[in-house]
Amino acid sequence: MTLQEFLQNFANGISLGSLYALIAIGYTMVYGILRLINFAHGEMIMVAAYIAFYTVFIFSMPWYISFFIAIIITTIVGILVERLAYKPLRSSPRVTILISAIGVSFFLQNLGIVLFTGRPKAFQVPTLFSQVYTIKGVNIVSLTFFIPTITVVLLILLVYVINNTKIGMAMRAVAKDYDTSSLMGIDVNKIISVTFGIGSALAAIGGIMWSMKFPQLTPTMGLMPGLKCFIAAVLGGIGNITGAVVGGFILGLTEILLVAFLPDLSGYRDAFAFILLILILLVKPTGILGEKIAEKV
Amino acid sequence: MKRKIITSLIIIGIVIVILILLQNTLGNFKLRILNLAGIYVIFAVSMNLINGFTGQLALGHAGFIAVGAYTYTLLVMDSDLKSMNFFLEPIVPFLSSVHWPFLPAVIMGGLLAGLAGLLIGAPVLRLRGDYLAIATLGFGEIIRTVFTNTQSITNGSLGLKAIPMPKSFLFIEMKNAFTWWVWTAVIITVIFHFLLVSSSYGRALKAIREDEKAAEAMGVNIFKHKVWAMVISSFFAGIGGALLASLMTTIDPLMFRFTLTFNILLIVVLGGMGSISGSVISAVVVTILMEWLRFLDQGFMGLPEIPGLRMVVFSTLLLLVVLFYPRGLMGNEELSWNKITKMFQRFHMQPREVRK
Amino acid sequence: MNLLEVKGITMQFGGLKAVANFNLNIDKNEIVGLIGPNGAGKTTCFNVIAGEYVPTQGKVFFEGRDITKSRPDQITKLGIARTFQNIRLFKDLTVLENVLIANHLNLQSNIFSATFRLPWYQKEEKIMYERSLQLLDQLKLTQYKNEKASSLPYGLQRRLEIARALATQPKLLLLDEPAAGMNPQESKELMYLIQELRDKFDLTIFMIEHHMPVIMGVCQRILVLDYGVTIAEGTPKEIQSNERVIAAYLGVEHIA
Repeated sequence: MTLQEFLQNFANGISLGSLYALIAIGYTMVYGILRLINFAHGEMIMVAAYIAFYTVFIFSMPWYISFFIAIIITTIVGILVERLAYKPLRSSPRVTILISAIGVSFFLQNLGIVLFTGRPKAFQVPTLFSQVYTIKGVNIVSLTFFIPTITVVLLILLVYVINNTKIGMAMRAVAKDYDTSSLMGIDVNKIISVTFGIGSALAAIGGIMWSMKFPQLTPTMGLMPGLKCFIAAVLGGIGNITGAVVGGFILGLTEILLVAFLPDLSGYRDAFAFILLILILLVKPTGILGEKIAEKV
Repeated sequence: MKRKIITSLIIIGIVIVILILLQNTLGNFKLRILNLAGIYVIFAVSMNLINGFTGQLALGHAGFIAVGAYTYTLLVMDSDLKSMNFFLEPIVPFLSSVHWPFLPAVIMGGLLAGLAGLLIGAPVLRLRGDYLAIATLGFGEIIRTVFTNTQSITNGSLGLKAIPMPKSFLFIEMKNAFTWWVWTAVIITVIFHFLLVSSSYGRALKAIREDEKAAEAMGVNIFKHKVWAMVISSFFAGIGGALLASLMTTIDPLMFRFTLTFNILLIVVLGGMGSISGSVISAVVVTILMEWLRFLDQGFMGLPEIPGLRMVVFSTLLLLVVLFYPRGLMGNEELSWNKITKMFQRFHMQPREVRK
Repeated sequence: MNLLEVKGITMQFGGLKAVANFNLNIDKNEIVGLIGPNGAGKTTCFNVIAGEYVPTQGKVFFEGRDITKSRPDQITKLGIARTFQNIRLFKDLTVLENVLIANHLNLQSNIFSATFRLPWYQKEEKIMYERSLQLLDQLKLTQYKNEKASSLPYGLQRRLEIARALATQPKLLLLDEPAAGMNPQESKELMYLIQELRDKFDLTIFMIEHHMPVIMGVCQRILVLDYGVTIAEGTPKEIQSNERVIAAYLGVEHIA
């Protein structure tokens, strides 16, 4: 492999990793508060992608407005999912709420098939993101720069919100101790909604960038990235936002480099993440940055 | 005990009589649905063992079913059929001349699926419940990816076609031999699970579901019991998978997507997590409904065809049940004569004060 | 030889030292109490002994055998049974089933002999039933045997937890606040019950309790824990007059 090829792959890995990171944050935040794997989180990618697609395609809006609308609607969908399908089950056994999450995920996928048909749709990538630059013989699409930059900016913003604002403090409190927080007068329901909102908004941004990177939309497009991002969150230490980002980058880079170095195994690319998951769970179930939580007896 | 055996025999007798009647009167299409319903009973009951009775949300059923289906298919096909199927890349030599009879092939399908259950269960069952869900789901996907990529063993995404159906049942040639095989498997599966969950081991599994820490404090080796539940559950999934391959006569990796696991989970939740009779009833009803509701996808009464509508209906149904009736049809109770007679008595007696 | 020997146990959770250098020897047939204010590390001690936690430092010996790193189920098999502070019954199962499950650890038959009801399993099952029914009888729970565990009133749930622990045939019984939530009359009955059980089942008992009358009434020896450190050990009389204890504990919390 030449240095050019390596750099190309590396840049690719970084941009895929940032996408994983962005989506993994939503998983980790929700898990931190509700101890729930939000199976429907991956579907937010799909929802955002299709809304962006249709607003551009049918209403021929400029891309920035259409992306903005997609993010807003996806955020609302994310909050609604929590309100309708998770909130009523908050005191039920964990298995029940997990099944509900799977149900929502399946519902959204199939609703997607009904509304948009199963036929793949080609996403129109705005020219801003599709320019090709050649740097020292390496061809790189402008999107490859945009994705990590946007991710880093959003991450800084998120960390600021969580550490320095009142709502961020409340979110940390609820994640730490749900019951006490509600006794302390924190509106737990509101905080949970905000968490789902932020997570879904990030997933929407991730989803739009995803569809620019892989411009083919199908109603089940969210499934695989969703699962992989959950794995990224576990890899980094679930419940930990920095961990999710670290996990996302590691997963993205290793996946791309694996395919680059061992092209024979490229067919197993999707299985790789799961093998990684099982390995982490065996070696360090708390993930890279996770802390051990002793269960109260 | 005696009474239980007698009731069980009566029920089995009734099932056999119904089967004789049905397989003589039903047309091919309906007979196929009857077979499919039986296979779904096997899937649902076996999934219920790990998910409902042991309380471990395992979502790898489609993977185990795939193992069973492929094992069966590769064992039961003769070399002519194999060379016909593997036209892109020849099958590996050690499989090309294997040609097993029906029953051993089905059992081998179950055994290999059980082995897969052991291999996946051993690492992940040590972990907290929700990781299990994602790891087993991932495992199902891994199996599918492997089957898609091992062209010379599974024929990859081309799948395998013209899988033979058994022509005889217990060495007797008959018209609907396959139906008899399926429903014999159903009866064995159901009885096995009934006996297992009512044994001391079954109580230990339920204890794990109720409170893992307490079960451990009572001396139950949690890990060992969970692994047993997983292995048995995947064994029966593999048996069901073998039968499914035989019924479908063609298999390919896409058949074993997560959708399959989801359908089974739906059946288990509807019937009641932790109720075998609930799973049986629900499997039969849902299978028939799924076939019947195909008109939703294919268009009816002048409406255009809407693919996916059927699954929207089913996922909505699952959500409604989980949200408003989380115990499902039977909760974790079993259908028994006592309960049925009690139900009838309730109609005749004065309303009593409800006991809390 | 002591039945239970705890040597210099320290349990650290992150920055928090829940228990520091805890030592304890219990002889056969003793009834020993462990008291201390909330958060003093009493339940942590129990969890270390029962195998729930592996201590950061120190060792636990049971009948001379090192059990520090054994799993809870292995420890139960060796003869240490426990109850939980916040009752952990198998709620959806019947009273009888709860006790039967605690018999499971002695089962010799494997899962297939059990499923196919082979004769040797049936024999074992019969013994399990007899023993369980006898236990329920001894703890006056027979009339509830087919009720769901969660439907029992609070006091009976505590008693069922004890029955369940006894069904594992322990030599040492760990009781975590058995009188919690009981009225004076009930806790008085509990006092007699504990002594009776000790004699009937040849038990050794180590208990955490907040109700002073109970602990002073039944224990031969009491340890006092405060902020993870043992501040006193002695007979109930000695403890009652120990100034450090009064300062740390009895002075702060009202004596019931």
